[in-house]
Amino acid sequence: MGRILLVVRLALRDLRRRRTEAALLLTAILAATTTLTLGLVLRDAAGDPYQSTRAATNGPDVVANANLAGLAELGKLAAASGVTEHGGPYPVIAGKLEASGRTSDVQAMGRDATVAAVDQPQVTQGRWVSDGGVVLEAAFADSLDVGVGDSVTLGGRSFEVVGVAVTAAMPPYPGASCIVSAGCINGAIPDDRDLPAGLLHNPGLVWLTQADVRSLASDRSPLSYVMNLKLAEPDKAQAFVDRTGGDHGGAMPMQTWESILADATDLAEDSQILLLIGAWLLGLLAVAGLSVLVGGRMADQTRRIGLLKAAGGTPVLVAAVLLAEYLLVAAVAAAAGLTIGALTAPLLTESSAGLVGSAGTASPTWSTITLVTAVALGVAIVATAVPALRAARSSTVSALADAARPPRRTGWLITVSTRLPVPLLLALRIAARRPRRVVLGVVSIAVTVSGIYVLLVLNAFLGGQPGIGAYTEAQVAVLRHVLLVWTVILLSLAAVNAIVITWATVLDNRRASALARALGATPREVTVALATAQVLPALLGAVLGVFPGGFLLFASINTITGGDSDKATLPAPWQLIALVLATVLVVAALTSVPAHLGGHRPVTATL
Amino acid sequence: MLPLGAGLRRLKTRKQNRIYRRSGIVSDAVGTPVLSARGLRKEHGKGEGSVRAVDGVDLDVSAGETVAIMGPSGCGKSTLLHLLGGLDRPSAGEMSLNGRRIDNISEKALALMRRTEVSYVFQSFHLMEELTAVENVELAALLAGRSPRVARRRAEELLDQLGLAGRARFLPSALSGGQRQRVAVARALSNEPLVVLADEPTGNLDSAATLDVLQLFEDLHESGQTLVIVTHDARIAATADRKFSMRDGAFADETWLTGGTTGQLGALVGLED
Repeated sequence: MGRILLVVRLALRDLRRRRTEAALLLTAILAATTTLTLGLVLRDAAGDPYQSTRAATNGPDVVANANLAGLAELGKLAAASGVTEHGGPYPVIAGKLEASGRTSDVQAMGRDATVAAVDQPQVTQGRWVSDGGVVLEAAFADSLDVGVGDSVTLGGRSFEVVGVAVTAAMPPYPGASCIVSAGCINGAIPDDRDLPAGLLHNPGLVWLTQADVRSLASDRSPLSYVMNLKLAEPDKAQAFVDRTGGDHGGAMPMQTWESILADATDLAEDSQILLLIGAWLLGLLAVAGLSVLVGGRMADQTRRIGLLKAAGGTPVLVAAVLLAEYLLVAAVAAAAGLTIGALTAPLLTESSAGLVGSAGTASPTWSTITLVTAVALGVAIVATAVPALRAARSSTVSALADAARPPRRTGWLITVSTRLPVPLLLALRIAARRPRRVVLGVVSIAVTVSGIYVLLVLNAFLGGQPGIGAYTEAQVAVLRHVLLVWTVILLSLAAVNAIVITWATVLDNRRASALARALGATPREVTVALATAQVLPALLGAVLGVFPGGFLLFASINTITGGDSDKATLPAPWQLIALVLATVLVVAALTSVPAHLGGHRPVTATL
Repeated sequence: MLPLGAGLRRLKTRKQNRIYRRSGIVSDAVGTPVLSARGLRKEHGKGEGSVRAVDGVDLDVSAGETVAIMGPSGCGKSTLLHLLGGLDRPSAGEMSLNGRRIDNISEKALALMRRTEVSYVFQSFHLMEELTAVENVELAALLAGRSPRVARRRAEELLDQLGLAGRARFLPSALSGGQRQRVAVARALSNEPLVVLADEPTGNLDSAATLDVLQLFEDLHESGQTLVIVTHDARIAATADRKFSMRDGAFADETWLTGGTTGQLGALVGLED
């Protein structure tokens, strides 16, 4: 017990002694765990609201539809083997709905006022259908900004909105499946292409009474029919569809609940793809930041190990102290990352307007908690392993005498630097002393700028979406939220990395900076040199981040998602130039404080 | 004996001679203060816990003079040296270099002063590990704004005069302690300073290397270079014109010595027969 207390006390003392480093370490791991949590929670959350809706509405396992000629076939389905319950057939009509000055294509379904055995939409506002009253699918109502009590016009007749409801028999607007014989098309339509007459574009779903629907029918607007089926084995819905001969484009179009789920969670999947790409980028940034932090601490740790051993600590005790320190930070980062990720996820998932459940109900699963914690602890163990092994192998005396890693000599750079003004001379030599750190700095900035490049493309793409129709304004807002979170975490971690790398450079160059000042370099020259040593790699990283970094990242995203890059607008040259310049300016600003501190350290305290 | 003397006697620079001639120092090397301090004080900490590392030091160092400051560890020798070179600021008192007050000038002005007027030789050499001997020596000149060609020529010249021509392209890690200290001395002389301040220059050296550096400082003394040396080593102090004993931050004793022992140094300090 006493030994455990000692280990914890030593670990806490060291963390307290190096608060800045501990905070930076925590931030780096936290960013990685948060993003990982977001990606995983989102994956788990994607299907959750649909499942809730399905349970609440006794959603169908298969939805079949037919025109008048196929009505008899549709009726036979109710008696097909494997069907346990059915609802319908219900009449459906294609039409145009006018509300709030906007006209939208709709599929109006005729329902009974009584509760259906299968697919009884759950009313979230108002009440269920009655003659002269219309109920709108929730996401559709949200998109039109129409609520209970409003008036809408359908087929030239005015109806009062009596309710808003959700269903699991169809994906929420604008991803509705087509249940009318006229045919539908969802998503963007190029400007140069006209829709065939009668084809519905991004139709919404409304419910009327059967009588109202039948009264709206005409020769130009014939009725279609839809039937909802419950199966004995819902997991074999596709097999049922295959067996009964119906399929999309076949004589009797049918849709399984699995395909409705996939369509319903399309947006959440888009969000998840964006976040997972963000997680990869953040992972790279976190590794870069952690490498510098851990590398910077290694020499200190080795000497500390020597001190512990000299004071009587066994190798096991020493390893335990080191491990406890990192594990403590990692555990806090994992817990905080899981919390932040779980709380933020609802903001990034599809609006719950079209489904009963919301992503807010999704919480991290045990597998998510385990994976995130394992990643955080893994980072801690990897970071501790090297100094601990070094300590175990080295003698106490050599550990005590452990000096900083000797700087690297880059002869040509030293020669070139002699021709430059003093700050640049010093900056090049500072950079040349630790080429790996420079590489990490370049990678860190390149990854960040690549991410921003892709964000610019996606932002421009989303900017044109409401007009095109692939996403509604609400959905665009959700995806913009995802991009915002991604941007904030990406920039925060990049900023942390810039500061970490500068601070590591400042610490590593304490003696060299003090010596330069003893030889006559002014504090300002040393400050400028330390900042320039970060700005030069940042410039290179920014250029590489635009090309090939951003270009390749965007191409990778397109390959992964099966996207069409022709639809995207690449950033304009002026945007890319501004991006590079802004990156350099931001890095200069971020590094100015640590560089100033490094340039003004008392010379005598160091030498 | 080390073959340094002849070379080092040529070390007195054109600039020094110009300054000395202007101030009449060449003909009267010991007498006019190049570096002076009055009531110099340095306190560390505040309130009751404050410690006076330097406590009311008065000092005049004449051009061409070698002054040794001795004393036990922690008596304030190194702090005094740091104050004299502008690496640290005094808490009170006045300092002048070549007649100009330096205790109240800006950090930048102090840095410019260290480029050309005052230079340091440290106990731990403080050479840049990634730079060769010649690159270390030319660094001071480059910081002072000399052209790369002039800086390199001067560095090679100094290394040649210090007997290190064959080691110019070696990294410090490939040099012995004595050789490293000679490189550090060459760097200190690179910008032809008025005063060289040496902090325990033999503190990290073995006996043979100590003798090597002793000879070097003796030769510098002979060449007319103004030197202030902080040391524990009585042998180094014996080469000075004046010796101060320091205790508790203040000078306790001042001794005028014979003024050098050129040619007999090894025998005098007991390192040679």
